[in-house]
Amino acid sequence: MAAKPKLHYPNGRGRMESIRWLLAAAGVEFDECFLETKDHLTKLKKDGFLLFQQVPMVEIDGMKMVQTRAILNYIAAKYNLYGKDLKERALIDMYVEGLLDLNELIMHHCIQPADKKEQHLATIEDKATNRYFPVFEKVLKDHGQDFLVGNQFSRADVQLLETILMAEECKPDILAQFPLLQVTEWTVLMSFKARISNIPTIKKFLQPGSQRKPPLKEEDLPKIMKIFH
Amino acid sequence: MAGKPKLHYTKGRGKMESIRWLLAAAGVEFEEEFIEKKEDLEKLRNDGSLMFQQVPMVEIDGMKMVQSRAILNYIAAKYNLYGKDLKERAWIDMYVEGTTDLMGMIMHLPFQPADTKEKNLALIIERATTRYFPVYEKALKDHGHDYLVGNKLSWADIHLLEAILMVEECKPDVLSAFPLLQAFKGRTSNIPTIKKFLQPGSQRKPPPDEKSVANVKKIFNM
Repeated sequence: MAAKPKLHYPNGRGRMESIRWLLAAAGVEFDECFLETKDHLTKLKKDGFLLFQQVPMVEIDGMKMVQTRAILNYIAAKYNLYGKDLKERALIDMYVEGLLDLNELIMHHCIQPADKKEQHLATIEDKATNRYFPVFEKVLKDHGQDFLVGNQFSRADVQLLETILMAEECKPDILAQFPLLQVTEWTVLMSFKARISNIPTIKKFLQPGSQRKPPLKEEDLPKIMKIFH
Repeated sequence: MAGKPKLHYTKGRGKMESIRWLLAAAGVEFEEEFIEKKEDLEKLRNDGSLMFQQVPMVEIDGMKMVQSRAILNYIAAKYNLYGKDLKERAWIDMYVEGTTDLMGMIMHLPFQPADTKEKNLALIIERATTRYFPVYEKALKDHGHDYLVGNKLSWADIHLLEAILMVEECKPDVLSAFPLLQAFKGRTSNIPTIKKFLQPGSQRKPPPDEKSVANVKKIFNM
């Protein structure tokens, strides 16, 4: 019987969090080996476990997979969360890539110098509410279905929920905004959020005690930086 | 009969170049519409043609595709350059993400502050020769095949060739310690579709010059 996937990363969100979300949503149990020190990372490198000397690394199905997108693509395809054909896959990829861009922006917030933080937050808010969320609100509104693509749960839905929750951590009422130029309330996204949060595997992941990681606290940043630099 | 794919981007490499390489290698003819000034980009945005207000955008098979990885994944799968099963796909993805990271460093070089250029260039060469090229050299050595994955031409090979040529533009002898990559480069460059793309007059774009960089900054408000 196949062993559980094993995740190698520091004990925080970073680039591993989307992978945790996808495995959890697919109902796949996984183990985690947390990198706590630079020596730990050095050992992984010396042992030849990291193809490009980087984490995330996930041991899965006899492979030591690296590169976040490669890992996400593999998990999504393996657990049928990647659409039923090339065209659905194309749509899923477009949505996911957009969301990963927004995720990346949010992820970088914690490393902004103090004098740039406020402006960066404004950028996140602007991009979320003007560039990204309107797309998904419209997609869901136009087809009226529960899921983004192909009337079936996919990695795009998982990624959208993850990103909505991350954006809300930056600005709790981000989904209840009335953007200046539009009189729109993100009603469809709000109901999407509630619906997807209630999917049993996801509901479990959202509960305390799961392997979901909290946002990075400022005081924990130096420790993380020390591992990588 | 389906129309040719149509590429929307500035007349330079950027994030569209890997897409041009893949289409060319697959033997797919494509058209290009160049964004030459800000108004061209605004028009695409106002027409609702750009899902996230960004280019690259490729009109293909009735879709207006955006996000370079989405576009590349689609083309690779459609033209059988994505391996024969999940595991081959996994290896192709890992290799391609590596070369994407390496080429990304080179792509960003002209946009870094001038006083960091020398340092960044040195880092690119260091990464190429100590982090990336050794991986591909070893992969080829271990299985002894002509191609990186599954003994068959795939997106990973095309992307690696593109990366090798790009790094060589920074340092012509960068492959000196990598005999298998040298042979790979020679062999892959000779594949007819790729050979054609490497000839003058093809749709391959030259490295950026000062003027094109200034224009890109203007168009994208950088």
